[in-house]
Amino acid sequence: MSEADIRKVVQEELNNIAPEIDIATVDPAADLRETIDIDSMDFLNLVTALHHRTGLEIPEIDYPKLATLSGMVAYLEAKLKSAKTA
Amino acid sequence: MPSLGADMETGTLVEWLVKPGDFVKRGDIVAVVETQKGAIEIEVYQPGQIVQFLVDLHSKVPVGTPLALIRTEGEAKAAAPPPLAAAAAPMPAPPVIPQPAAAVMPPPARPPVPLPAAAGVAARKAASPAARRLAEERGIDLSAIAGSGPGGAITSTDVERHLAAAAPPAEAKRPLGLDLAAMRVAIAAAMARSKRDIPHYYLQHQIDVTPCEHWLAARNATLPPDGRLLIGALALKAVAVAIARFPAFNGFYRDNKFEPSAAVHVGVAIAIRGGGLTAPALHDADKLSLDDLMSGMRDLVQRTRAGRMRSSEMTDPTITVSSLGERGVEALYGIIYPPQVAIVGFGKVVTRPWVVDGAIEPRSVVTITLAGDHRVTDGHAGALFLAEIGKLLQEPEKL
Amino acid sequence: MQQELPGTDPIELTYREAVRAALRDALARDKRVFLMGEDVGRYGGCYAVSHGLLAEFGPERIRDTPLSESGFTGAGIGAAMAGMRPIVELMTVNFSLLALDQILNSAATVRHMSGNQFGVPLVIRMATGAGRQLAAQHSHSLEGWYAHIPGIKVLAPATLEDARGMLWTALQEPDPVLIFENVMLYNISGKLPRDAGAVSIDKAVVRRWGSDVSLITYGGSLWKTLEAATALAAEGIEAEVVDLRSLRPLDDVTIMASVGKTRHAVVVDEGWRSGSLAAEIGMRIIEQAFWSLDAPIGRVCSEEVPIPYPRHLENAALPQAPKIVTAAKAALGRA
Repeated sequence: MSEADIRKVVQEELNNIAPEIDIATVDPAADLRETIDIDSMDFLNLVTALHHRTGLEIPEIDYPKLATLSGMVAYLEAKLKSAKTA
Repeated sequence: MPSLGADMETGTLVEWLVKPGDFVKRGDIVAVVETQKGAIEIEVYQPGQIVQFLVDLHSKVPVGTPLALIRTEGEAKAAAPPPLAAAAAPMPAPPVIPQPAAAVMPPPARPPVPLPAAAGVAARKAASPAARRLAEERGIDLSAIAGSGPGGAITSTDVERHLAAAAPPAEAKRPLGLDLAAMRVAIAAAMARSKRDIPHYYLQHQIDVTPCEHWLAARNATLPPDGRLLIGALALKAVAVAIARFPAFNGFYRDNKFEPSAAVHVGVAIAIRGGGLTAPALHDADKLSLDDLMSGMRDLVQRTRAGRMRSSEMTDPTITVSSLGERGVEALYGIIYPPQVAIVGFGKVVTRPWVVDGAIEPRSVVTITLAGDHRVTDGHAGALFLAEIGKLLQEPEKL
Repeated sequence: MQQELPGTDPIELTYREAVRAALRDALARDKRVFLMGEDVGRYGGCYAVSHGLLAEFGPERIRDTPLSESGFTGAGIGAAMAGMRPIVELMTVNFSLLALDQILNSAATVRHMSGNQFGVPLVIRMATGAGRQLAAQHSHSLEGWYAHIPGIKVLAPATLEDARGMLWTALQEPDPVLIFENVMLYNISGKLPRDAGAVSIDKAVVRRWGSDVSLITYGGSLWKTLEAATALAAEGIEAEVVDLRSLRPLDDVTIMASVGKTRHAVVVDEGWRSGSLAAEIGMRIIEQAFWSLDAPIGRVCSEEVPIPYPRHLENAALPQAPKIVTAAKAALGRA
């Protein structure tokens, strides 16, 4: 998966959770919980979906790294890279 | 047309999910009805064979109107000419569908032979389990999709491609059936009636949920996201377990008297994105394991936000639990949803100085509140009930 | 076949040397450990795994036995019950059938039959698999039969790291552990950190990440499966390769997570197809991940014949990379 692929997966899954939001307008550096009003259940559903799409473990302890759109993409990219070389 | 809440007068039939000749069993979803609260999936309470539809699609009919005729198993065996008009008498809610004299018929010696289905099987398109599940979740008709899997079977990728091609612009994506303006009218009616009729009393109680947080962190650390629990699941379970010991908060106040409920069906207040609120029931929450309760909550939230609630979930919560989540406030004071007699509120978890064994420590603290119906209980019982919830949350591993 | 592993100061070694290093380490660390089996001492082991250990540890701890699998496996069980930590080597899985009574009726049941008064902390190593032209009485893959037995653990180290690390963990178990070493792995070489040590024995591992199809395998078939995955990648198919590592218990969580993601599964198992471990895995996927599947589950197993002696027939009887490629493509509907 390239960075563009990961970005697309994240956007699709966010869109499933918040269909009325135009993800393209979301500030990639802003806290998602604030900007698009997702709660802990939404967030858990998002993490679950990303887990299924990428196969990556996403432990709770890493949740702070997933707070923003850009953080989420960077996190998944780094994890995928290390998963592939392991 | 079932009554899906005390304030419902009419409903619009928008979809049949069965057809005449189909056999149905108790709990099957047979139709979708549009109400002020959204599109509700209607379950059937009477097993048998669908004989005839009695209401046209998209017609708006009063509560109590028969929607269809079901022949019970005994009658199916008798195989008499269908006694249509005579059986179609209005029935009280909640049974969805008229039951033609089921009680007087002897049970059949063995199940009826199903209708010949050979033609249907031959015409059935191969589709993978994953494709079927996805299509069902998204309400897609598989017959419209071309398959690319082994033997031309439809795969989940084919369904996803179909969904992507058919996706309407973002504005139109709100699920059919979630009419927020109508929902607001319904909320207004129910809440006004509550404030008019129910003498509320309010209590609040602060509890230390640090044990819950520690227990959850340790438990969730080793699990994939599907298996993880939220603190909300612990809160819900604690309420459900506590209420079994305080039955005066669990049930309905109707016709000037309280009817306690043996079952604990906890209404989960769910905020709809863009405004709006509903509280469908998580059935038998006191008997569910934490894992089952959590997956039940996830399912409820997802279906509610997609506008697919079920009739039984709308009508039978015996108490409501509300939480404004981690971005909310420290305490919320709920309004009881009639005919229930109590609502429990959970504020957000905050870090506060707390005295533990004589020393001050930063601890995670949550404020729980109770709105009780003074026609049924007093503050004393309410206080014991809240204290019990707090006690249960000190030992999350036992929930 | 090369394997690169992270870690400082790596050394180059073979799978055989990794097993030997594990044995030497266990013998040095725990006085209760001894090795017992046919030709393990003076001859240095049928596959030269224990070469040099007799000189290093002496005949008390590196014990040659008569050709009596039932007898010396039973002796190992008795020693384990009496407080030792024996490692019994059976020359091949075919010969282990002579000790099956001891393994199934004694080792696996003593804890149960004694009301938890006795346990059998015994490790049994044996060679398994075909590919060395040893014909039908020395070449079978019967580890799936052992994975049927409650009361024991069954391991299949496929990598240098596992060959080096599983033995010590197995010796810490309170109950019997069987370790199956595929004969085609002894000569693979690669790098391991000099300080490589014990590894977990209860988790499957994803050896290659992929999104399109899960190839689930273990032991000697792992490398063929990885080779197939490389070939599939050239055709634009990203296969995920799951190395089971433990055949009993099976790590359902890792299997289902992979299948849940890829929605397609092919099980590669050198055992015969009928009643195989592959059948068990396939059924578990049906039980636990049915609604995630996009295609019938595929299997690549050995042909249902006694493993032939001639090389071309032996190769034809076994799972090979091209067969795995074909099965993966069939699952994806790409004939």
